[in-house]
Amino acid sequence: MNLSLNNVIHQAEQIILGKPQQIRLALTCLLARGHLLIEDLPGVGKTTLAQVLARTLGLKFQRIQFTSDLLPADILGVSVFQRDSAEFKFHPGPIFAQMILADEINRATPKAQSALLEAMEEQQVTIEGVTRVLPAPFFVIATQNPAHQVGTFLLPESQLDRFLMRIQMGYPDALAERGLLSGVDRREIITRLSPQMESAELLVLQQLVRKVFVSPALLDYIQAILRHTRESARYTHGLSPRAGLALLSAARAWALLDERNAVIPEDVQAVLPGVTSHRLQAVSEYQKHSSNTLTRELIEAVAIP
Amino acid sequence: MSKPFTYALLLTILMVTAPHAGHLPLWVSALCGTLLLWRSYLTYSGNPLPKRWLLMLITITSSSGIFISFNTLFGREASVTLLILLTTLKLMELRTARDAIVLIYLACFTIITNFLYSQSIPTALYLFATLMVILTTWVRLQTPSITFKPCARITSILLLQAIPLALILFILFPRVQGPLWGLPQDAFASSGLDDKMSPGSLSRLSLSDEVAFRVSYTGDPPRREQMYWRGPVLWDFDGRTWTSGKAAQTAAPQFTELEQAIDYSVTLEPHNKTWLFALDLPDRISVSANLTHDFQVLSKEPVNTRLRYDVRSHLGYHANLHEAEWQIQRALQLPPFNPRARQLAEKWRANSENDAAVVQAVLTYFHQQDFLYTLEPPPLYANSVDDFLFETKQGFCEHYASTFVFLMRAAHIPARVVTGYQGGEFNDTGNYYIVRQSDAHAWAEVWLSGQGWVRIDPTAAIAPARVQSGLSAALPLMARNPPQWMRNLRLNWDTIANQWNQWVLGYNTERQFAFLTRLGIESVTWQKMVMSMAVGAGLVIALFALFMLRHMFAHRPDKIQTAWLKLCRKLAKIGLPRAAHEGAQDYAQRIATVRPDIADAIRDLATRYSALRYGMGQDEQTQREFIRLIKKFPSFRRITESS
Repeated sequence: MNLSLNNVIHQAEQIILGKPQQIRLALTCLLARGHLLIEDLPGVGKTTLAQVLARTLGLKFQRIQFTSDLLPADILGVSVFQRDSAEFKFHPGPIFAQMILADEINRATPKAQSALLEAMEEQQVTIEGVTRVLPAPFFVIATQNPAHQVGTFLLPESQLDRFLMRIQMGYPDALAERGLLSGVDRREIITRLSPQMESAELLVLQQLVRKVFVSPALLDYIQAILRHTRESARYTHGLSPRAGLALLSAARAWALLDERNAVIPEDVQAVLPGVTSHRLQAVSEYQKHSSNTLTRELIEAVAIP
Repeated sequence: MSKPFTYALLLTILMVTAPHAGHLPLWVSALCGTLLLWRSYLTYSGNPLPKRWLLMLITITSSSGIFISFNTLFGREASVTLLILLTTLKLMELRTARDAIVLIYLACFTIITNFLYSQSIPTALYLFATLMVILTTWVRLQTPSITFKPCARITSILLLQAIPLALILFILFPRVQGPLWGLPQDAFASSGLDDKMSPGSLSRLSLSDEVAFRVSYTGDPPRREQMYWRGPVLWDFDGRTWTSGKAAQTAAPQFTELEQAIDYSVTLEPHNKTWLFALDLPDRISVSANLTHDFQVLSKEPVNTRLRYDVRSHLGYHANLHEAEWQIQRALQLPPFNPRARQLAEKWRANSENDAAVVQAVLTYFHQQDFLYTLEPPPLYANSVDDFLFETKQGFCEHYASTFVFLMRAAHIPARVVTGYQGGEFNDTGNYYIVRQSDAHAWAEVWLSGQGWVRIDPTAAIAPARVQSGLSAALPLMARNPPQWMRNLRLNWDTIANQWNQWVLGYNTERQFAFLTRLGIESVTWQKMVMSMAVGAGLVIALFALFMLRHMFAHRPDKIQTAWLKLCRKLAKIGLPRAAHEGAQDYAQRIATVRPDIADAIRDLATRYSALRYGMGQDEQTQREFIRLIKKFPSFRRITESS
């Protein structure tokens, strides 16, 4: 079974050059049944990552471009009156897919944002009194421009918490960029990609993640991390219990990707920046540090018990 | 130095110095307040601290100011003022961690000075809270990565652990004679009775709720009407003010036909005068004191600390039946004022057959005319007795006592004014009486042949309630009359304060010896006390140490981890220590890049360790294998040889 996972990673790495870490984190997020927020400048390959993953995993893909005039109905769908049958017929919106790319989510109004975020939380939507279950697996990749860009509604902290991870793409290194510039058009390759996995297989993997063993020693380590963020003067507030659970399930998924059946501290450390960077805020005097520095300091400050 | 820490330090200094604000010179309080505000503003705005020459200037100017104010830099007032000023100034050069430490130690020293001024329970509680803040700031200084909340928790635990030690030291530390905090030459603000009396002096005193002394009776208490606590006896009258005057000679008093003995003990608040209060007439007293010819009990030294003494008094007596002639003459002296009062007295004298009848006539006069008992009488002029008797007819006890004695002397009956306290408030929670300044009273004594000195209280003729139930009953509108629950609260509080006085502040050599004897220590010596102090403190420390060690052993690493840590130590010796946050796999990876020769072995061990510690099945065989491999792993010397 892990053979197909390896194929997925391998195929994705062929297209998204020089970003193995981001690919693995995105997959981890998917396996842990979380949702992913990618925050970076336009044009660094956020959309490509989503498309490649959807293709490779054989998921039904939908893209929603968020704009300031986007309405909830544009996401969820509407009932339209059919003249011939003389009744209302529901036209499902783009949310009824297995992988959603919510592009530039912070450009939409909070009302439209919350329509998506509620769907993410509940795995179902209620429209005109009828509850409709979303397909499984259901995975949202939202992209966000950095806050200082014009015309953006920053996601509030409570909604950021709905995302399991927040990652950054970053610029590719020189070698990867050379390959990108000299190679074939990426969009062309994507259309030719073949699925390496079926969605049923993905569901089984998601089940397996929950069975990855966690020893008491590892729980000690996670609790030490949580305690440190709560006692330290560096952060405005410590990590919540939900953040602890997120850290644990992401670490499990990471261990599975690494073909291990038990979580080790390195797994926790690998997913920690993604899981905690949007949940931790430095107090003002440390704000000059980036969130990367903050999470790296967190890892270095907590000894493995 | 971070902003929150600086604010905490400012709060510390504010809490330490605030209680002193009342008794420092006004300009020092204002200067310290300004410095604190200035420092807060500098922290808030992030502006640099003032230049060194400016600080020098402020320091030298204000120190000279203190020298000019007090004429010295020594003694309680001047040195406390200087200490507070310099502590506050130190805030202005708070640059390094060392400055902060100096400031925290200064704060610890400065809070002690508060006890030089007040040793009450609220003060102690306030200073305990201040100590909490000081120590929290200190803990925060030592561990800057922790927020204030966990710092406060650490401080509370530290203080809780210190309590048993403090108790042992308090109980067993050998005491020197003398009060815990009083300085011998302390000038206590004297409140309470004075050795002179003029119209208005007692009514002013009666507004004060301050405790004068507390009394507990061994047997049944006497009736209220018998509770006359004798203070200064006043002989000389200048037309307005009564003074005790100077006796030309002294003679020991003679008491005869003593009856109704009563035993009680008095805890006297310091008043900085020599008299000790006792019921008429005192017979025996447990401290060294003199009984004067006019029956006052005088201590050898001014009472400037709380004093407890046991007395036996006799409520029935004949005192000085054969009074010396010069005393009689002294008790008849009158200033040349008040002609109308003299006339009235002459008239009574002529109409009465004996002295007792004159006394009765005057009391009847007071009773029948429209005399009013009030705290706010109208002012009296040169002929104060005449004014009072015929014009205003309103007065407090000093007016009645003064007028009565004047009339007696005018009628050729020897008389004198006695001041002191009358009555008291019964505290049923603590089963003792509280006598307050508001119970201050003045009455008269006349000398009748065949009876000696007899107490006459003219106030009782006008306002009997004053003597039978106290001032608030006699003057329901004038005196503050608190509701019952407030009264109960006040009494309960007084009971606690009394216990505090007796057992904490009054824990002197005698109490210590008595307490230790009751604990079963035979023939207490200071050597024994020091010994048991050392043993007790040692026991407490050992107990805490044991507790903490057990706590540490509870988290002792298991054998797998012990083995792994051993491997880490071996590798540390060749210059490849594991960082505390570094996982086994990462560590192995790092070593593999530096030392390819041992890469495989380390990787294998790291994988085994991860599996054993974090994996599911841990069968004995793999565990033993792992430990064996670690043991087999070449130690420092051999690795370096092979490379």
